[in-house]
Amino acid sequence: MTDVAVVGFAQSPSVRRTQGTTNGVEMLVPIFKEVFEQTGLSKRDIGFWCSGSSDYLAGRAFSFIAAIDAIGAFPPIHESHVEMDAAWALYEAWLKIRMGEVDTALVYGFGKSSAGQLRRVLSLQLDPYVVAPLWPDSISLAGLQARLGMEAGLWSEKDLAEVAARSRRDAAGNPFAQLAGDTDAAALLDTPFVADPLRAHDIAPVTDGAAVIVLASAERARDLAERPAVITGIDHRVDSPGLGARDLTRSPSTTAAGRAAGASPDVEIAELHAPFTHQELIVRDALGLGEQVRINPSGGALTGNPMFSAGLVRIGEAARQILAGNARRTLAHATSGPALQQNLVAVLERG
Amino acid sequence: MTAAETETPLSAPLDVGFDYTRSVGPVLGRFVNALRERRVVGVRGDDGRVHVPPVEYDPDTARALTDFTDVGDEGTVVSWSWVAEPLDGQPLQRPFAWALIRLDGADTCLLHAVDAGSPSRISTGMRVKARWADETVGHIRDIVCFVSVDSPPEDPAPAPPPPPVAERAEGEPVSTVITPIHLHYMHSASPEESRYLRGLAEGRLLGQRCPACGKVYVPPRGACPTDGVPTTDEVELPDTGIVTTFCIVNVPFLGQRIKPPYVAAYILLDGADIAFLHLVLGCEASEVRMGMRVRAAWKPREEWSTTLENIAHFEPTGEPDAPYESFAHHL
Repeated sequence: MTDVAVVGFAQSPSVRRTQGTTNGVEMLVPIFKEVFEQTGLSKRDIGFWCSGSSDYLAGRAFSFIAAIDAIGAFPPIHESHVEMDAAWALYEAWLKIRMGEVDTALVYGFGKSSAGQLRRVLSLQLDPYVVAPLWPDSISLAGLQARLGMEAGLWSEKDLAEVAARSRRDAAGNPFAQLAGDTDAAALLDTPFVADPLRAHDIAPVTDGAAVIVLASAERARDLAERPAVITGIDHRVDSPGLGARDLTRSPSTTAAGRAAGASPDVEIAELHAPFTHQELIVRDALGLGEQVRINPSGGALTGNPMFSAGLVRIGEAARQILAGNARRTLAHATSGPALQQNLVAVLERG
Repeated sequence: MTAAETETPLSAPLDVGFDYTRSVGPVLGRFVNALRERRVVGVRGDDGRVHVPPVEYDPDTARALTDFTDVGDEGTVVSWSWVAEPLDGQPLQRPFAWALIRLDGADTCLLHAVDAGSPSRISTGMRVKARWADETVGHIRDIVCFVSVDSPPEDPAPAPPPPPVAERAEGEPVSTVITPIHLHYMHSASPEESRYLRGLAEGRLLGQRCPACGKVYVPPRGACPTDGVPTTDEVELPDTGIVTTFCIVNVPFLGQRIKPPYVAAYILLDGADIAFLHLVLGCEASEVRMGMRVRAAWKPREEWSTTLENIAHFEPTGEPDAPYESFAHHL
């Protein structure tokens, strides 16, 4: 089976609110153009298209169909969609290329989180019989998870603030970030709780945004990018949806996905999709990433969390470090669902 | 910069709602029927752990589980987080805690609300008990919330009315739960659509031409579906056109505003390349035909707003029909 490489990546700026529609067209048109310029491809060269988005975020049915307008889908295209972060759409596209069905694919994710009340909309991804009818919001659930780790001595409020401060400092170098700034843990800890035990810095901002990645078979990739980022392994796993039945301070599904993807502690850079500070520590531990690994040089999801593309952005950022010649081996992680329920890990290497 | 880009796109609140009706099956059915009797039931897994709420299959062995057991309606807080500003639909509409609660006799935790009053009055390890609804219907919301065993609130929070119940025969157990879901959005039209909608408020029909294929779209689009580029050059269209294709509606449905039979038709305005759906009235339904010339019947000007409903319907002009070849490529 052929190897698959990332050859192009573009993202819209992460912003609190766009004036655009919930079908993402306004965010997607410019970034499609950007990856076509990067790779020299046109829409007719793309063998397979796959997207990640959610009608619940948009408040309308088939918003992903309306998004296809951004492609200009004529003559008819070969297309698919997942109601998950577009990192999972990338997995589907990766399979298509691995199986030899196509040799190029374009993957995109988009979401206008500002259209509704994000933390409330996200309750609807919970068990619909005995959990979602209570409307537990995503921030409160993360708070339960954070406190379990604090009280078990796995992390402290200061550890969490350190994660936030580092993310914001790193984001200063990322023109697409929504939050950035030179701050430190002490300053962040001197702020009130938003959802005790969480403070504002522990929680990813509400973000409108979109991202796109172009994949190609290793053979095609050599013509499309000087330093293609070959995906040497990618896998995804899921933990029980029973929030009260699993140990929320650990992420066995991340460990299992990492093992299957060939993750190892010798990666130079890891882009981890952690919408809450403590989740970065859980994922880092689950993957056995030590101090020598540079975590989230982009600032991560804590500085811009476009729903349904923030995971794809992690893969894009990990690939970009290779495409730009900054690293030889990187790792990307994406999450979907409440309290790190589903996790995907990809390992990338310079081809 | 075009005019479309300098004007703020139109937006408006959009509320969507649906009463989700779900059959509970034998395992969750046991759970909700017990709740109706103010009891909590769990199920024992293959490793001996008691799951509350019960799970249908063992999480490790995947075997269907049937060993039900009653657990207490008192338990211990295992973790909690504070909600300073409750959201619509949450169990309490004053500040409260979410908690993972291990009920006595259970090995897993139930997620529910605790009416604690303030974050200083809840802690991990605290003992809590269920506060049951006055009227139980067989739904997780039969438990209003949990309260401290040692110091329950002096002024219990108001409880919302019970969720709706599905019809069932007298004496039959609850087999369906109904959960009303309501979501609130601010829906935005695209800049191109906004220009079109503002034009309608002035009685004008504004389309835009795709710069790549030259087709005139009405309404204009954020991206031409064929070329993937925004439509740009504005084209003002007349309120006359033809019926391309149509159907006669004979079936009554919820929300119908016209008595059947009537005609829903694709109207292609003169000079446009994309038809839109509208009504054709002013003649017998059986007289409507493909290629028939029609003109807009506008509502009185004082009723106009940013909507295509300003046109009440289209009606025949009496001109000769357009030949099929002239619109075949628009079908």
